[in-house]
Amino acid sequence: MRTEPVADFAGLPDHAFDHRVVTWWGTLAFMALEGMGFVLSYGVFLYIMWLNPQWPVGFPPQPLFWSTVFTAVMVLSLVPNWLVMQRTKAKDNASLRWLLVLMSTISLVLLVIRWFEFTALTLRWDTNVYGSVVWVLLGLHTLHLATEATDNIVMTALYFTGHVPEKRFTDADENAMYWVFVVVGWLPLYGLIYFAPRLGSG
Amino acid sequence: MTLQGFTSAQANTDRGPRDIGQPIEEVRARLSQTWASQGGLWGWLTTVDHKIIGRRYIITAFVFLLLGGVLAAVMRAQLARPESGLISPDLYNQLFTMHGTTMMFLFAVPVMEAFAVYLVPLMVGTRNIAFPRLNAFSFYVYLFGGLMIWIAFALNIGPDIGWFAYVPLAGPEFSPGKRADIWAQMITFTEVAALATSVEIVVTVFKQRAPGMTLDRIPLFVWTQVVTAFMVIFAMPAVMTSSTLLILDRLVGTHFYNPAEGGDALLWQHLFWFFGHPEVYIIFIPATGMVSEIITTFTRRPVFGYLFLVLALIAVGFLSFGLWVHHMFVTGIAELGASYFTASSMLIAVPNGIQIFCWIATLWGGRPKFKTPLLFVIGFLIIFVLGGLTGVMLASVPLDTQVHDSYFVVAHFHYVLIGGAVFPLLGGVYYWFPKLTGRMLSERLGQWNFALAFVGFNVAFFPMHILGLAGMPRRIYTYPEASGWGTLNMIASIGAVVFALSFVLFLWNVMASLKRGAVAGDNPWDAPTLEWATTSPPPPQNFDRVPIVTSRYPLWRHPDTLPVGTGLALDTREIVLTTVVEGRADVRVTSPNPDIWPFITAVVVGVTFIGSIFNGWVALVGLVPIGIGLIGWGWPSGSVEDES
Amino acid sequence: MSWPEALDPKGPEADAVAGLIWSFTGLCAFIWVLVMVALAVALIRRHRQSEDPLAVTIGEERRVEWIVGGLAVLTGLIVIGLTFISYGAQARIFGLGGGDVAIDVIGHQWWWEVRYPSDTASATVVTANELHVPVGKLVRLRLTSTDVIHSFWVPSLIGKADLIPGRTNTLAFTADRPGVYAGQCAEFCGLQHTHMGIRVIAEDDADFTAWKAGQVAAAHEPATPAQAAGKAAFLSNPCVSCHAIRGTTAGGTLGPDLTHLASRTTIAAGTAELTRGTLAAWIADPQGMKPGTNMPTMKLSAADLNTLVDYLMGLK
Repeated sequence: MRTEPVADFAGLPDHAFDHRVVTWWGTLAFMALEGMGFVLSYGVFLYIMWLNPQWPVGFPPQPLFWSTVFTAVMVLSLVPNWLVMQRTKAKDNASLRWLLVLMSTISLVLLVIRWFEFTALTLRWDTNVYGSVVWVLLGLHTLHLATEATDNIVMTALYFTGHVPEKRFTDADENAMYWVFVVVGWLPLYGLIYFAPRLGSG
Repeated sequence: MTLQGFTSAQANTDRGPRDIGQPIEEVRARLSQTWASQGGLWGWLTTVDHKIIGRRYIITAFVFLLLGGVLAAVMRAQLARPESGLISPDLYNQLFTMHGTTMMFLFAVPVMEAFAVYLVPLMVGTRNIAFPRLNAFSFYVYLFGGLMIWIAFALNIGPDIGWFAYVPLAGPEFSPGKRADIWAQMITFTEVAALATSVEIVVTVFKQRAPGMTLDRIPLFVWTQVVTAFMVIFAMPAVMTSSTLLILDRLVGTHFYNPAEGGDALLWQHLFWFFGHPEVYIIFIPATGMVSEIITTFTRRPVFGYLFLVLALIAVGFLSFGLWVHHMFVTGIAELGASYFTASSMLIAVPNGIQIFCWIATLWGGRPKFKTPLLFVIGFLIIFVLGGLTGVMLASVPLDTQVHDSYFVVAHFHYVLIGGAVFPLLGGVYYWFPKLTGRMLSERLGQWNFALAFVGFNVAFFPMHILGLAGMPRRIYTYPEASGWGTLNMIASIGAVVFALSFVLFLWNVMASLKRGAVAGDNPWDAPTLEWATTSPPPPQNFDRVPIVTSRYPLWRHPDTLPVGTGLALDTREIVLTTVVEGRADVRVTSPNPDIWPFITAVVVGVTFIGSIFNGWVALVGLVPIGIGLIGWGWPSGSVEDES
Repeated sequence: MSWPEALDPKGPEADAVAGLIWSFTGLCAFIWVLVMVALAVALIRRHRQSEDPLAVTIGEERRVEWIVGGLAVLTGLIVIGLTFISYGAQARIFGLGGGDVAIDVIGHQWWWEVRYPSDTASATVVTANELHVPVGKLVRLRLTSTDVIHSFWVPSLIGKADLIPGRTNTLAFTADRPGVYAGQCAEFCGLQHTHMGIRVIAEDDADFTAWKAGQVAAAHEPATPAQAAGKAAFLSNPCVSCHAIRGTTAGGTLGPDLTHLASRTTIAAGTAELTRGTLAAWIADPQGMKPGTNMPTMKLSAADLNTLVDYLMGLK
């Protein structure tokens, strides 16, 4: 097949942000599929709750203290996270380094709080279905958090290793976008695990 | 024709010399080197070329088709006569479990993904799929999952709980040992692979279309693959959830499916079928894309009703998520709920019907060329419409109470799956084989292939409608003489032999044509879409110069000279990204080089998944090497492609 | 060859469904034929075509658009019609209230526990794998399971319903003439799903009452020395850990109640017709008849086996 050049692409920019690049869409797609997983887990919780007239089954609702501390830290972390998204657009390498160190630290702190949250639970995953669903939902979210923590740390390390190519700013921006998802995905879980049982018995 | 340039105020990172209008032979030679995969075993493990990976996927999926088919042949041998002692109940349970599992999870979905992986980048006019390393990773994960379950079967620890593994039968109390865990973990492997390729397809189609390919110029096959990819993204998490909860119940003692501790056996069914119903459309919709392309080419006119077809596809995609309870009509669900699902299950006949009408209208308005691909499409229309109509029957709750879990249902789903997916697939193989291999399949053998398949299939499966009405349930390893089911079963088994022979013929055709088939040329069918604008098989870079698209049927609009764009790098892997809706050229970006990390990560993931069947701690411990693999994958290698 | 059972109904509910099957099949077959005719015409007709594949007549395209649109609407209307026909049948079959005879069916791997509940324990019928029902009366089954999911399906009488552990489902039907109606478990439940048959014996009121009276009575005492020896063999072997015979000390509940075993027509949930021979074969080698069954193989002497069979065949 013969071809005839009618356009030239050399003048196009060689990097961009957000919806103009594939990794942004890839991040969005992963948010969609994991989000669907979360929605299904909310569904599992509600279904089991609906099936068991006495809820929670055999045990009082779980203690609120550590989970509320966790939730508060998560919500507050959205502030430095938002700053990350601002500074990547400005390609401000210097501020980003410290913001990313902060985000990495926050992720690790959250994991520690989550540990306390687990130890505060009054029943085990194999006690009954209420224990199963609480442990598994918390466990899934913890896995989510742990992978994000690792991502944050790796991103931070990359920012400290010499020259930061343009692409790295997009990466940090998308990582921050994903963090919002991690926080938002937690809130309904917090409501379901800790408050739904209290509403029933009130 | 003036050269349309694009201006940019931003500095270029240096990606080396570019295509400034050199002779095409020079461009081709340099690009072929830049985009080539390496040789030998290392090259095999590191390739990120979607064509090579797509081909592997296709071949592997067909191997699983043949394996699954052998299992079916053994089952039909057992059921041909009443009270046959050929197969023990234990082995029979494994046979039908492995048959269904292999066909659904290891063949049907992967083969459609495989054709997407191979064809979509070519059809949208780009050089590689989006996230090529993820693509490589997904193939290895799929392969490892398939190997795991088949090796387990060979070692007599294969699953025996049916392909949809209802609890409590599949739970810890009634399926001791590791069989059910192996099944559940195979799900994890194949779902990870499917989700990965779906993300790639969506992003490729959204961002990597050739400049000028507006939404309404996207080929129908590509539309079907995008819709399917979205369905995978929203459906697969349900089966991941259900199988993970099953593994947890079995491994660490959770009670999700244990009614004694507040759990519920139907929770499994809801989660599984929420995935399971879209799953069959995930298999069917790409096949409709193949049908549209084949009908277009073999009537030599645009398929009728492009907009109707796209809207119908999207409607089916959405509606298919609202049908799942029709698999549970006899479980005692509330009547009002069941009635809703009757309505939704019947309603999906409308968009499916629209597609059928559009295809027949196209055939009506064109002059069909009765080559083998079109023969299989005709077979599809005959068989699938019948299967779809029995589906309408099954949507009725009272009717379903008689035929649910009987051979009537077995007949129905084989009519829609074999008629609706396998026939178009075989047509697709005859159609695209020249593009993948550079050779034509034998037309004469193809016609015999079709004839044997069509006759064999109908003789095998039509009697099953009657057997179901006569009271024969599914999943029984034998039946008494007195039941009177012997004659129809014998007929079905004979049909199965003929159907199996058609596959022998198919294989023979493929093997012989690879060596001695007629040389194909770029576009042996005079087809309109972009994959036919390049050589057969395509060079590593797909296109020497990126096509500029001005029509839904580029090669019919420009039969002699295709408009293209210059300016991309020659010694670095570079592609053009376009805008989502208008397909306007937007950014020049790099595409990854061959890489060993996807393979390494897949191995580590495989070991973790398999190990955690035997010891739950492996799941946690395995996260560390998986993390290392992923970090190694993501850490910049210092190459130009990575830095830019 | 007789009609398939779902199309040979022996009761009004099965009849309603059979009617539905016929009407749906008729309409769907008609639609299929129409589509095939359209396909055939489309393939056969010669259509003059220009060299340029993109040259399509706008007028013709418009006309076809209207036709396809019209067919889509017609499809929708047909589908809505079928939906309402289905709802009608559903209401007739599932809207049945009350019931003259209540029977509990409890699924086990791989047999059916059958109980006719009553206010007094002594009037409760306990049997296995066989139901007797009076002709012309509405029977209401309550279905549940002790282990995995099973499904009760006797196509001549009614569609199926699942037996799900932790849940109770109901099925209501009427047999409109006397007869023996067979069915089998329709939900894969493990190794011997294949041999989990159920029989429904419909009989007139008098016979039904007589049967029930026979069932609530305690087990027949041994009438011969052989039977007495058999009873002794039963009571001194592991049989009692799984089986009950009311009127003796045997009270096991893991397996079928044997109090009136010989009044039943099959052994091992329909695996074979009940005769001396099949009973002996079953006791001597249950795995041979039904591999994977939960009944263990017991080492009995030939003499013991004989007397045991004598005794059991006397439990009418």
